[in-house]
Amino acid sequence: MTEKVNRLESKLNLDFSLVTKARETAKNIAFETQKFIDLHTTTSIERTVCRLFGIDGVDEFDVPLSNVVIDYLNKKNLLGIGAAISISNAILHTNFTPQEIAEKVAKNELDLAEFPLKDFSEIKATSNIIAQETLVKISQKRRKREELLYRYGDKEEPLIYVIVATGNIYEDIIQAQAAARQGADVIAVIRSTVQSLLDYVPYGPTTEGFGGTYATQVNFRLMRKALDEVSEELGRYIRLTNYCSGLCMPEIAAMGAFERLDMMLNDALYGILFRDINMKRTIIDQYFSRIINAYAGVIINTGEDNYLTTADAYEAAHTVLASEFINEQFAFLAGLKEEQMGLGHAFEMNPDLENGFLYELAQAQMAREIFPKAPLKYMPPTKYMTGNIFKGHIQDALFNIVTILTNQRIHLLGMLTEAIHTPFMSDRALSIENARYIFKNMKNISEEIEFKKGGLMEKRVDEVLNKAYALLKEIETLGLFKTIEKGIFANIKRSIDGGKGLDGVIKKEKNYYNPFIDLMLNELKKGGN
Amino acid sequence: MGGPLYSTDEEIYNKNLDLTKVKPYGDTMNDGKIQVSFTLPVEDNQKVVEAAKEIAIKMGLKDPDVVYHVGLDKGFTFFVIYGKLMHTIDYTKIKVEDLEVEIMSKEEINNYIKEKIGHKLIVLGASTGTDAHTVGIDAIINMKGFAGHYGLENYEMIKAFNLGSQVTNEEFVKKAIELNADILLVSQTVTQKDIHVKNLTQLVDLLEAEGIRDKIILICGGARINNELAKELGYDAGFGPGTYAEIVASFFVREIVRRKLV
Repeated sequence: MTEKVNRLESKLNLDFSLVTKARETAKNIAFETQKFIDLHTTTSIERTVCRLFGIDGVDEFDVPLSNVVIDYLNKKNLLGIGAAISISNAILHTNFTPQEIAEKVAKNELDLAEFPLKDFSEIKATSNIIAQETLVKISQKRRKREELLYRYGDKEEPLIYVIVATGNIYEDIIQAQAAARQGADVIAVIRSTVQSLLDYVPYGPTTEGFGGTYATQVNFRLMRKALDEVSEELGRYIRLTNYCSGLCMPEIAAMGAFERLDMMLNDALYGILFRDINMKRTIIDQYFSRIINAYAGVIINTGEDNYLTTADAYEAAHTVLASEFINEQFAFLAGLKEEQMGLGHAFEMNPDLENGFLYELAQAQMAREIFPKAPLKYMPPTKYMTGNIFKGHIQDALFNIVTILTNQRIHLLGMLTEAIHTPFMSDRALSIENARYIFKNMKNISEEIEFKKGGLMEKRVDEVLNKAYALLKEIETLGLFKTIEKGIFANIKRSIDGGKGLDGVIKKEKNYYNPFIDLMLNELKKGGN
Repeated sequence: MGGPLYSTDEEIYNKNLDLTKVKPYGDTMNDGKIQVSFTLPVEDNQKVVEAAKEIAIKMGLKDPDVVYHVGLDKGFTFFVIYGKLMHTIDYTKIKVEDLEVEIMSKEEINNYIKEKIGHKLIVLGASTGTDAHTVGIDAIINMKGFAGHYGLENYEMIKAFNLGSQVTNEEFVKKAIELNADILLVSQTVTQKDIHVKNLTQLVDLLEAEGIRDKIILICGGARINNELAKELGYDAGFGPGTYAEIVASFFVREIVRRKLV
């Protein structure tokens, strides 16, 4: 599918020299921000190191052991060198496993601050050995996915992506398996709405949540198993998605890597704008979480589509494109391949807008041509869904048509009951039927259709691209943080020291070490793991 | 039961509209025709089709036609049914607390505040509780508003704060006190298991506990909200879908003056 797009000339007469310039500018923006990122770590990154070291479980108050250890190290001012150093040093002194160390810290039986630091290269070597074992485990999960995709064969057409959100993981499983049988290819388990603001990851299977189900490692495992069963039954690999955003970005990335999730929502900008998470915190977290996603072969989904739920979809189209350029560069820096970049965009124009469909079509085609190898994530109408389910079903149909006309890859299905309730089983079935009908009925339409030279659509994308480039130049001058402070994305302003989670940002000391960043990036740069 | 899908019998209806006996309208006065769709958690077969019909009859539908049924999964069947509703209601006896607001324009509202209130009004809005949707509150407060109707941020005589989504009631009340807000706007868009009712009630309790309920105008809005429900829950007004900033503002500026809160 991607090749098809590559071979084609631009259908919109896109100015590719301007695309190159925009990309260069985005690269500068990402590089500048990366300088800041490289100087810092966070409590959630260090908790992730604990998890990747095999620390699991909770203490008697249900506090995850990774939190227990990191809170302890933070209190002792030891996080500046990284949790890997303190834990590996303790291993050299005691010969305990990381899990034993965490359990003893939880019971106040071990004081990590008491052990004098051994020879640094020895500590590093110890941590690398443990890290290497984890890398092998994650690689095995990745290979298992590749094996299953090879066995069943991967779908060429757009992937039909649906959401389950009952709050109860066992009910979610029933809904997810039903959706898969009806034709869904990707199941996303929406998280409970408060989870992005929790500074820990809940533990164990959960049966209560609002507007969604808690992301826990056990829930991931239960759903993965259920989808593997239904994949086997259908002879089709059903992908699993969750949310690697909020205050625990990298921890959830690690959990996903262990439990073979296939896609992760993963976007710092989304957290900053829509969840009021501190920008420094989440941009640092994003870097490590993306490295883990890259290594685990996970496709990330970015959240640009959300800008259009608060800003006007026609007027703010260029902010989506500019953000996609920036997200692409951040993804490259974390070792993600283009094939893993599910950059987000959306069908959110006011249905009353004359020729709105043409503008949506033009922009969707533009995104495909600018990011030809990326499995773009295309989001359905939500803002102008009214409760008129009959019209809503047609709005979704127009959205489905744009997808097949422009070969979008990850197609999040619109629901006719959007804005009323989380989907009923029948809502999902009707929406899948709608999409499958259109995708089959119009299967090869993109190869048959060209757009008018110098027409409305060409002019529209030229305008969007030019405005995106101008915006990127402005961001390059301002810096990313200042840009967000000015409210340029989604019309939402956030201050650099505001929001949740700033207290979790820690300046790295000179001898800071996180074995996973080095080892994973090294392997990714060598081209595979 | 069963019978032909299309009845050839001419039914004779009373063709006159009787407001004391109103029933749904299909294409003939008093035919009572409606459509319903639902899912039963049973395998798709003849027996479940009969079961669906019986449910329709219990709902008050005469001659239900199962025009479509399909298995959604093992053990789930979806139905589309048409039938004639037997129930009627007496329209003349219905009482609704209709909120009749005489709508002013943005300029009129600004002038009204200048003349009758004399200082800027402080409006605080949020989508509270677990609701992650800000569409509603954004449409009312944010500068751009919705569909060409400017939001309250755009009003010269109003200072509006939009706290966004997933604001806890505690946080909301704290902020209201801190900003000395005159008007509180609460938005509830998507709901699950009627959580919005619980959430709205809890806010009223909190405001009463803080002793500020009487000093502010409290308004809620959202897809499932109407004025009657709002009043029942202890709000001054409730607005449903299709409400613009000037409608809400027209209400609260007058209400402030009426309750002598200036």
